[in-house]
Amino acid sequence: MLLQLNQVSLSFAGNSVLDEVAFGVAAGRIQSLIGPNGAGKTSLFNVITGFYRPQRGEITFDGERLVKRKPHSVTRLGIARTFQNVRLFREMSVLENVMAGQHCRSRAGALAAVLRLPSQRAEERRIRETSLECLDFVGLADSQERLATNLAYGHQRRVEIARALATEPKLLLLDEPAAGLNGSEKEALVELIRRIRDERGIAVLLIEHDMSLVMSVSEHISVLDHGSLITEGTPQAVANDPRVIEAYLGQDDEELAL
Amino acid sequence: MTWYDSLLQQLADGLVLGSFYALVALGYTMVFGVIKLLNFAHGDLYMTGAFAGFGGLSLVSGVLGAGWLGIFVAMLLAMLAVGCLGVVIERIAYHPMLAAPRLSILITALAVSLVLQNAALSLTGGQYTAFRTDLGFGGLSLGNLFISYNQIVLVATAAVLMIALELFVSKTLYGRAMRAVAIDKDMCRMLGINVSAVIAITFFIGSGLAAAAGTMAGAYYGSIWYFMGFLIGLKAFTAAVIGGIGSITGAMLGGLILGLLESFGTHIPFIGSEWKDVFTFAILILVLVFKPTGLLGKSEVERM
Repeated sequence: MLLQLNQVSLSFAGNSVLDEVAFGVAAGRIQSLIGPNGAGKTSLFNVITGFYRPQRGEITFDGERLVKRKPHSVTRLGIARTFQNVRLFREMSVLENVMAGQHCRSRAGALAAVLRLPSQRAEERRIRETSLECLDFVGLADSQERLATNLAYGHQRRVEIARALATEPKLLLLDEPAAGLNGSEKEALVELIRRIRDERGIAVLLIEHDMSLVMSVSEHISVLDHGSLITEGTPQAVANDPRVIEAYLGQDDEELAL
Repeated sequence: MTWYDSLLQQLADGLVLGSFYALVALGYTMVFGVIKLLNFAHGDLYMTGAFAGFGGLSLVSGVLGAGWLGIFVAMLLAMLAVGCLGVVIERIAYHPMLAAPRLSILITALAVSLVLQNAALSLTGGQYTAFRTDLGFGGLSLGNLFISYNQIVLVATAAVLMIALELFVSKTLYGRAMRAVAIDKDMCRMLGINVSAVIAITFFIGSGLAAAAGTMAGAYYGSIWYFMGFLIGLKAFTAAVIGGIGSITGAMLGGLILGLLESFGTHIPFIGSEWKDVFTFAILILVLVFKPTGLLGKSEVERM
């Protein structure tokens, strides 16, 4: 397994958020993490990426232990992420946003950068080229000079993915990438996710509520409910699992009760 | 002297003053950008820079003389020393407070200011120190207008520093990172940007620019003392607010505007030079009332 979680538990002020979660993501696999609202999916992303520190459990990625690592060190190991709400640097250009993703792959130290040594210029060129290539990959090379905040919402999501790709990950975590997209944009997203895996060999783990998208793109699905992993398997197996249906129906009941 | 010559003279004097304000305001605005702190110790870094420049000049004047070359080298030494001091201050005093409420770190900044001032007070006994140089009094006479070479060199040096900063911020890896950190720190961490290193660089550059201004001011006015950073700190803050705090171009613009306003303001009939500080801070109040975001500032959107 590229990413492996073992008995990961997280709680805030005594409230259990994740309870002994254990699952893995294989290299080069497209996998989904689903579950009702409040199941702990985004918390799990935060634990993997070093934003939250679990009270118990082990997380290994590509042979390295992740717990206690800071987010930037996790990113350097090869895990990239996008967020539920688009979080681009709004007042920076589209290309600059993607270039920020390349920062962690730069070798020149801060001193060389401040002094503008020649090695630094070569590095700047390399960063620019790699970033442009990532932007081209998501189909937005034409928008490189525009301010991120001026792009259409669907395009902003793609810039975010390009920025994540620019960190040169082995695993890409997508948090509700289809939220707010229309039908054709969703189709394009599915195609993009497949190309990320097929052409770049990057494993993808996504959180998504759009079940038809999840079913069509995933090769493996893990289901989280109330902080526990209740089942996992192929899309067909998970769709027919009574525990999954119950977890979602239970949520519907609560919503009806309101 | 005609009113026209007088106007030009004020313009020249205002540019010199404005250059000092702009250089100091830049540090204010950059630090505010990356950690949202009004670094009230920043004026004292300017003072420390003046003393560091003084020390640097006494080191190099034997070889390079105490003309502009010697002062220039002393200035670079002071920038380096005070830049490092700024980084140390951030590490010791501010870094542990970054997660604390903003008021705590603001009070810490006031404490740092007092520490620097009182350290300088103990070392100098509160006396003015003469900043002796071999700068001449030559200059260009254009009719009744007189611009000294010192003024020209000073404004040019400030301009070069500001252009270099602008290029650094807009074109380089760490310049981009600095802007990104100012917008969304957590996102930067996520992207593998070493935010602490970016903050350190910001303090280094901001403090270095204050030291450059301090050294030049010491050389230009001829004396330095432990309290010299207080007023310029407040005025640089005013300049940063006029320009829009957080905006680098805004700080440059705010500094120049404030310098010019002060220079012209003292020549309005019935308002003598003893009123110039009143004039400056009245402008601050007006800006805060009518355009709190400043000339180039954007209204801050608090996000979750």
